[in-house]
Formats: sequence, structure tokens, C-alpha cells
Amino acid sequence: MTNNISTAFDEMRAVGGEIRAVYRDFSDWLACTSHAHLTQKTREAELLFRRVGITFNVYGEEAGAERLIPFDVIPRILSATEWQRLSAGAIQRVRALNAFLDDLYHGQEIIKAGIMPASILSNEMYRPEMQGVDVPGGIYAHIAGIDIVRTGENQFYVLEDNLRTPSGVSYMLEDRKMMMRLFPELFRRYSVAPVEHYPQVLLNNLRAVAQPGVQDPTVVLLTPGAYNSAYFEHAFLAQQMGIELVEGQDLFVRDNAVFMRTTEGPKRVDVIYRRIDDDFLDPLAFNPKSMLGVQGLMSVYRNGGVTLANAIGTGVADDKATYTYVPEMIRFYLGEEPILSNVPTYKLELEDDRKYVLEHLAELVVKEVQGSGGYGMLVGPASSKQQIADFRQRILANPSNYIAQPTLALSTCPTLVEQGIAPRHVDLRPFVLSGKTVTLVPGALCRVALREGSLVVNSSQGGGTKDTWVLNDAE
Amino acid sequence: MLSRTADHLYWMARYIERAENMARVLDVTYRMSLVSNGDHSEVDLWKTPVLIADDVEVFERDYGEYNAANVMRYMALDERNLSSIVSCLNGARENARSVRVAMSSEMWETVNALWLELRQRTEDITEADIGEFCDWVKSRSHLFRGVTFGTMLRDDGYKFVRLGSFIERADNTARLLDAKYHLLMAAGAGADGAVDYYEWSSLLRSVSSFEAYQKVYRDTIEPSKVAELLVLRDDMPRSLHACYDELTSILEQICIVRGYECLRQAGEIHARLHFGRMENIFNNGLHQFLQDFIVHNNTLGREIQHAFLNAPAD
Repeated sequence: MTNNISTAFDEMRAVGGEIRAVYRDFSDWLACTSHAHLTQKTREAELLFRRVGITFNVYGEEAGAERLIPFDVIPRILSATEWQRLSAGAIQRVRALNAFLDDLYHGQEIIKAGIMPASILSNEMYRPEMQGVDVPGGIYAHIAGIDIVRTGENQFYVLEDNLRTPSGVSYMLEDRKMMMRLFPELFRRYSVAPVEHYPQVLLNNLRAVAQPGVQDPTVVLLTPGAYNSAYFEHAFLAQQMGIELVEGQDLFVRDNAVFMRTTEGPKRVDVIYRRIDDDFLDPLAFNPKSMLGVQGLMSVYRNGGVTLANAIGTGVADDKATYTYVPEMIRFYLGEEPILSNVPTYKLELEDDRKYVLEHLAELVVKEVQGSGGYGMLVGPASSKQQIADFRQRILANPSNYIAQPTLALSTCPTLVEQGIAPRHVDLRPFVLSGKTVTLVPGALCRVALREGSLVVNSSQGGGTKDTWVLNDAE
Repeated sequence: MLSRTADHLYWMARYIERAENMARVLDVTYRMSLVSNGDHSEVDLWKTPVLIADDVEVFERDYGEYNAANVMRYMALDERNLSSIVSCLNGARENARSVRVAMSSEMWETVNALWLELRQRTEDITEADIGEFCDWVKSRSHLFRGVTFGTMLRDDGYKFVRLGSFIERADNTARLLDAKYHLLMAAGAGADGAVDYYEWSSLLRSVSSFEAYQKVYRDTIEPSKVAELLVLRDDMPRSLHACYDELTSILEQICIVRGYECLRQAGEIHARLHFGRMENIFNNGLHQFLQDFIVHNNTLGREIQHAFLNAPAD
């Protein structure tokens, strides 16, 4: 089985048991630190997270149920060289994806060139309302979360691109703060690149994408509200950027502009960093039952009265079916070779692929094209015969809704568990910011699957997080 | 600032203030029940907190009998009672959670810690814990006030927090005085000097005014002076006058582009307290005066709500 922990690449311990260079100092430190001390620090972290209220809400549980995302005190460490490659690859990808969105909603050259089939236009996430609409700077995905996994010393794969309302960056920032508080001595030993300026970079970018001619733009963060699973993050980012955290009910549309209701009367809003899905943004244009959105927002947006970040209609580019074309996009728009590889992907709408996948379900990971958060997926090697049989039926009912990928042996990272320190599978989500520039801070959300052997790292499925360190100097 | 943000801050402060006042009333009732007590029955005594909260009907329907256990359950723990201490603290936290961005992180942490501890404290609470529980609520409210004073930016948010606190406190002081005064005067003065002393002094203690009374009057406790202290003295922080000193001063700062009606109403109420005389108030009846005050204070609350917190799009 490919998810056998002992055969997976380990971030700390190379094959043969030797400690990898980036972890050498850390490993020394770890050797003279007791399990009791680490457990004690973990408890301290939990207490602090709980007190500050760094929690997330879980759908389907009792209303208002708040949980902590488990935090692991052992960091994921990347060398400067590794990071350089990852960040260059992620930036390249986001530049291509933005170019693709701009093209798709204008001239559609990529379809004319025969690189992408015209069927993309019937994708559910394609927004015909956006056709011909110009957005400032041609930027659609201002914030992109690129999920990267590793299977070997030099094998990195992009698992998916998150271009709608990617979340998790608050954990990157809070985990770092926590590590510095719990283990200040480690930061004296190691030169770790700082990530704390993320909110400033984001704010500068958001201000840069206001409509031309707007002086001193007002930026707000639009949240679905306190019961959303990522509400903590919304509040956190708004606070860090010093912008208003608004809900749909705080905004209204008048004279082709968006205003917020304030104690001093209406105030014009220029840029909305929205953390609400397209479908809920404007009951007039999309889901008429939405209580979260702002009536008339879409028409102001189309007329250039306000900037939305991310733009409407980015979902078509992070769809798992579109994913397979990203390497081609990079070649087509940038004339470059992809720095990061895709995971080989089978499209179940194609007959040959479908036949292969159905015969090999027990070895593959099958995902819904538009699923997220680890819902609606099958991890073949970890599933029972019954689960596989049930999933087969679901695939057959709607094949084009699924893709399949080989079960990758995700790398593992030492993690504090009850019995001691054991390897657990991890992934990595750096956040690429596009605005004035396309850039990312040297860090990422690192998710860890806490259950032994599990490959599902999503927080909604019991995953935890780790601080990610990018070292300043090459070894 | 956002109207909704102001609304949450205002109600967060109101709920904390209300929880504190509930705790004060319960605490003093509990302490009075410990004093050997010839004049009032247990029932009368435990009915007072319910009277103050204006909840007699609901209480009698759901609980029937007035006794320590029932009243404590209703006033402190019952989540169906929207003014119970638990409901108030839940409400404060819910409001705080929606606008944590608008306050200092210490404020949020104080409210959140309060809420987390509340769950533990109320788990196996018994009648004997009531004094300690009330003390705890009061001390957390003091802490919240101190943290707010010590850490919050003096922006509009701060003003709305203060508005909420003082509107609520004025209402609570007026209700407390009205109910107690009624009860004590109805019993007739001076039948038993000792009981009277304990009862009036416990009323004063419930608004942290016992020492203040001694300092200001240097005299035995007289009902009319107690009333004066809690209505007209501007140096007594829980008096109606002191609350309206604060309210008018805050409203003068925020009623610039809108909300003139709030300023006018507050000024009118303030003038009665500032220039009023206790003998006139007594001649026309303290009860009537306090009832009118409660109505006017509520009307001002609604006006603030209308002008700033549920601001229309104009």
C-alpha cells in the first residue's frame, strides 16, 4: 500500500536514518527535550488558542460548536533552495492562471488555439456574466492557495489550486506566533524567514487593484458572519489590515456604487476582499435565497464601480478538471516550462480513463471535480470494499463529476502524538498574492494528518497544523 | 464606524452591565436571607429580585414558588430567561465574537475567558455557591471595565461601549431603588431598628454605596438620603445623575452629523437630575419619578438604536 508510513519520504530522516541537513540543529534540540516538556507546551498552546478564540466551526455539528485545530509543535522545515523552487513554481502557476481567466473571459485564445476544449464554457463555474468585463490589472485571483505535496527529495507536486476564497493563512501567522512564544530559544538557533508582513502585502495589493482614479481607496473584508467555519480568520485578517469586517447587511448599493452603513452615515467602499462564494454574493444575480450577499452588487461590479477580490468566476480555473490543463497554460501564456508538476490525473468523463479508474479504485484517490475540504472523496487504499462499491455507483451516475489520481506517498514529518514522536503525512499551502506584484511571503499553511497512515489533512476531517519554517540561508 | 459594529459593542457592554447588576441584586437578596428577619417573609424577600427584573408573570408560570433555589435558578442560570446572568454573559460573548476586530485583543480575551469559565462554574452550582458566583460575576465585570478603560482605543467604538454601559446601569439602579424602596416603606419604618438598618445597608451595598453613604452623610441610614444618593448625587458612580453626566457627554461627541434627538432627550433627562430637588421628587412620589425615569431612559435607548445602530441607508 502506498500510504505505508515507513516507505514515505520523511522531511527529517532521509532513507537510511540519517538526519536531513535542514533538520540537523532541530534534531539535536529535540534529542535533549523530553516528551513531557513537549506535551506541556502543547497544552499551553491549546490553552492560549482557546483563550484567544482561534477556533473553527464545524458544519453539521451543533450550532456554534467551536473546535480547535490541533497544533503540532514540531515545525516543517524547508531550506532556502527548496523554497526558492516552490515559490517560483507557485508564482508561475498563478501568473498563468490569471492570464487564463483574463483570456477565458475575453478573447478565448486558448480555445481557439485548440489547447483547451470549448466544453470549458459549459463548466458550472464558468460565469457568463463576466464575459467581456475588465477587472483592474487583469487580475482575477488576488489570493491563491496552492496545495503542494512532496513524495521525494526533489519530487514536489501541485495537488490543487485554490482560487475562490482560499483559507488557512491565519494559521500560518498564528502558528508562527505560537512557536515563537513557546520556543524562543529555537528561533535564536535558526534563522527563520519572517511571515508576519503577510497582511501588509495583502493590503497593499488590495489597495492597488481599486478602480483607476480612486484616491485612497476604502478596502473592506466581506464575511458570511460569525457562524462561518473560517470566521476567526476573517476577523483576524481584517484586524491585522485595519479594515472593516463587514457582512452583507452592512453594505448597500446606490448610484452604481457600494456603500457601508456607518454611525456617521453611508461610506463608499472601493475594494471588497470577499470571503463569500460567488453564489451568495448577490441575490439578484445569483442565488436568490442568499441572505449573505448584497443586492445589486454584481451590476456595480460589472460597471466598474467596485473591485472584488477574488474576482467573480475564478472557480472555473481551480476546478479539478481544469487543473489538468495548467501545465499547458503555463506554456501557452508564459512560454515557460512548468517548474512544479501536476499529479497525473484521470478524467472520468474520458472512456479510457474511466475504464482504468474503475478497475483500480482500490489504489486511487477519486475526487469530486468541485469538492473541497476533503468532502466527497474516496481514498482507495484506506477504504473498505463496501465504501469502494458505493463510490463506484456514484461515479457511474455522473462520471464527469470526478477525477482520479494515484495515491501519492505524501511525505511525512515527525509529529507529537500520544506515544511519542511519530511520522505523519503532511502537505503545504503557500499563499500567492497578486496585485501590484505577484509574490508570496516565505511560509505556508502546513497541514498534517494526525491519524496514523491517514492521507487526509483537511481540518474538517481531523487534520492539524504545523508551523512552516523557511530557512534564510542555503545550507 | 459600521453601525452593526457599534450595535454589537453597545449590546456587549449592556449585557455585561446587566449581568453584573443581576448578580448584585441576587447577592444582596441572598445576604439578607441570612440575616434573621422578623418583618418579611422568605417569599417577599425572594420575590424582590423578580420584581426588579419585571418578570413576575413568567416566573410564577414556570417556577411557582419564590424561594432561594428557584429564584437563583431563574435569575442566574435559566437560559430561557433572557436577562438571567447566563443569558447575559452568553449574549455579551456572542456580540463580542461578531466584532472582535473592533476591540482590543485583551477585551476579547476577557469576555471569552469569562464565557469559558462560566460553563465550568455553573455545572454543579448549588444554593450555597450563590454568593461566590455573584462575586465572581461582579469581579469579571470590573475586570472587563478595567480592561476596556485601560486598553481600548478612544474611538467611536469606545463611546458606544460606554453608552451601552450607562443606559443599562441607569435602568438597573432605578429599578433596584424602586423595588426595594417600595418593599421597605410598605413594611413601615422603625418597627425594628436593627432589621431596618440591615435592609437599607444591604440595598446600599448592592450598589457598592454603603461606604459612600457613610462618607457623604456621616449619619444613620435614612431612606430619603439613600434615595438622594442614588438619584441626585453626581459623585456616586451608580447614581442616575452620574449615569446621565456620562451619557450626555458621550452623546455630545457623537451626535454631530446625526442623532440630534438622542442629545435632546438625554439633555432633558439630565436637566431633571441635575437641577432636581429631592423634596420635590418625594412630594410627587419617588415611585412615580422612578417609573417615569425608566420609561424615558428606555425611549432614549430606542432612539440611540434607531439613529446609530440600525442606521437606515440615508
